[in-house]
Amino acid sequence: MRIAIIDESAPRASIIEEGLTSLEDCEIFTLTSRNGLLAKIAEIAPDIVFMDLGNPSRDVLEEYFAVSRALDHPIAMFVDESDDDSIAASIDAGVSTYVVDGLAAKRIQPLLKMTMRRFQAFARLEAELAEAKDKLVERETVDRAKRILMDRKGVSEPAAYRELRQKAMSSNRRIADIAEAIVTAHEMMGDGQ
Amino acid sequence: MTMQLKIGFLPLVDACLPILAHEHGFAEEEGLDLTFVRDVSWATVLDRLLYGHSDAAHMLAPLAIATTLGRGRPAQKLAAPFVLGLNGNAVTVSNDLAKAIGADGTLGDPAEIGERLKDVAAKASASGRKLRFGVVHRYSSHNYMLRYWLSACGIRPDEDLEIVTIAPPFSADAIAAGEVDGSCVGEPWNSIAVEQGAGQIVLATAQIWRRGVEKVLALREDRLEENKTAIAALIRAMCKAGAHFVDPEQWDCNAEILSRPEYCDAPIELVRRAISDRLVLRAGDPPQEYRDFMFQYREIANFPWVSQAEWLYSQLVRWDGLEYSAQDAEAAARVFRPDIYRAALQATDEPLPSASSKVEGSVSSPLTASAQRGSITMENNTFFDHEPFDPDHLQDYIATQK
Repeated sequence: MRIAIIDESAPRASIIEEGLTSLEDCEIFTLTSRNGLLAKIAEIAPDIVFMDLGNPSRDVLEEYFAVSRALDHPIAMFVDESDDDSIAASIDAGVSTYVVDGLAAKRIQPLLKMTMRRFQAFARLEAELAEAKDKLVERETVDRAKRILMDRKGVSEPAAYRELRQKAMSSNRRIADIAEAIVTAHEMMGDGQ
Repeated sequence: MTMQLKIGFLPLVDACLPILAHEHGFAEEEGLDLTFVRDVSWATVLDRLLYGHSDAAHMLAPLAIATTLGRGRPAQKLAAPFVLGLNGNAVTVSNDLAKAIGADGTLGDPAEIGERLKDVAAKASASGRKLRFGVVHRYSSHNYMLRYWLSACGIRPDEDLEIVTIAPPFSADAIAAGEVDGSCVGEPWNSIAVEQGAGQIVLATAQIWRRGVEKVLALREDRLEENKTAIAALIRAMCKAGAHFVDPEQWDCNAEILSRPEYCDAPIELVRRAISDRLVLRAGDPPQEYRDFMFQYREIANFPWVSQAEWLYSQLVRWDGLEYSAQDAEAAARVFRPDIYRAALQATDEPLPSASSKVEGSVSSPLTASAQRGSITMENNTFFDHEPFDPDHLQDYIATQK
């Protein structure tokens, strides 16, 4: 079975690819660039295409399939024209599926499930990375706010942090938010660096 | 009680009415809490609508009809109770092609440009490299307007030149890279191509059909039945947003909102051009006014005329190479829902026409239309070739266009 994965995010494409190679009898082609997409698809002649829902080339691909079908090639778009549940589930997972040349539904299900799990795994990874980045930025802001308090009030670092924490507790806000306010105020008062 | 609606959209200026209804509090006044899902392809906007990720969507009017008729995917009935605007698209061509067709930095006469394009297309075809144009989707008014214009000028789409699909965010790049020689796309994407020096705007779609139907608010028909109260509230809120949108005093503030990263994510100045009907056609030139470029609100622009749906059906038959079918024609006409529009605005001051269908392209001087309430003056609604479309003779119209 020939599978094409279209994903502009190379890491995600490789995560999906890795999952699918464990399946038997699969030849996998990964496309990460939108240039010449249709020509490459035509060359690969895949039985099934997986692409991420956020890919702007989806309309281009659907047009291509519609025109090919008009030219009398047997092409079924999506898993099975009546299988709404599978389509809905694949959309929930962020993947759109195009089955070319009417592949049997039973052979597609395991592939689809695997791809969906892989997409979700990638989404989790990304969320964790974003959270870690936010934390890093927050820590920098807190450090800058502490420095401002230390300079302005001539207090020690632990004392500056205590002040931040007390203000946060008494105003029911996060320390990072208080720090952000201090840094912003400092910059706006014109005595920033 | 607050009713919640999630609305799908693509980053285009004509997604403005639901967005501004939300941002200016018109939706809240009507008891609505709107949230938005932004996508980059129509296929995704449609999937989310069909599978319940969104309650309603900013949608290409022909795509709503094609989906109902089961073109390209299994048929699912959609309903369009509100037109999100008329026109707002333009034809941008590469600098080389602009030179070849003698573009002089103005929006020229469509018939004259078409005549020159015909010669250039014939030469290109004879040399073995046909001209290629991009449109945003197979089932888009962009595709239909471009094809209507070309064929009325004696250029046969798909034979004398090629038409391909290009996602709006890639249209400027595709022109710059020589992948296409021109494209028909909505704003701000033409202006972005101009700013990048990739090409020049030579025609507004409003010059092809002065009151051409563009995007609609689309819902699944069954979801519309379940959510009638909320949709009526949304229609009222969008009407208020429409009145606000056409007020020149508000252009700056609306351009600022629509340009934000969560909406169009484009420079404010470029968004403002579409809003104010003042486009820069060539990089470095001063903006030029074309009053009806993106038509909103006035002349009940948001009323879903059944005749508009029928015209779109005529073009679907024409370009998909289908046979006319009375059953399909009826199903296509039923996608547009003036009944829902009327019911929503019954208790307001918004004018309501007494008919739900009209002869399209037949008004060339101001005409007072009969109204159920209020007074409605139609100013200008013509096709560039002066051929009107009478929905009572749909089948004949299709036959003459083959």
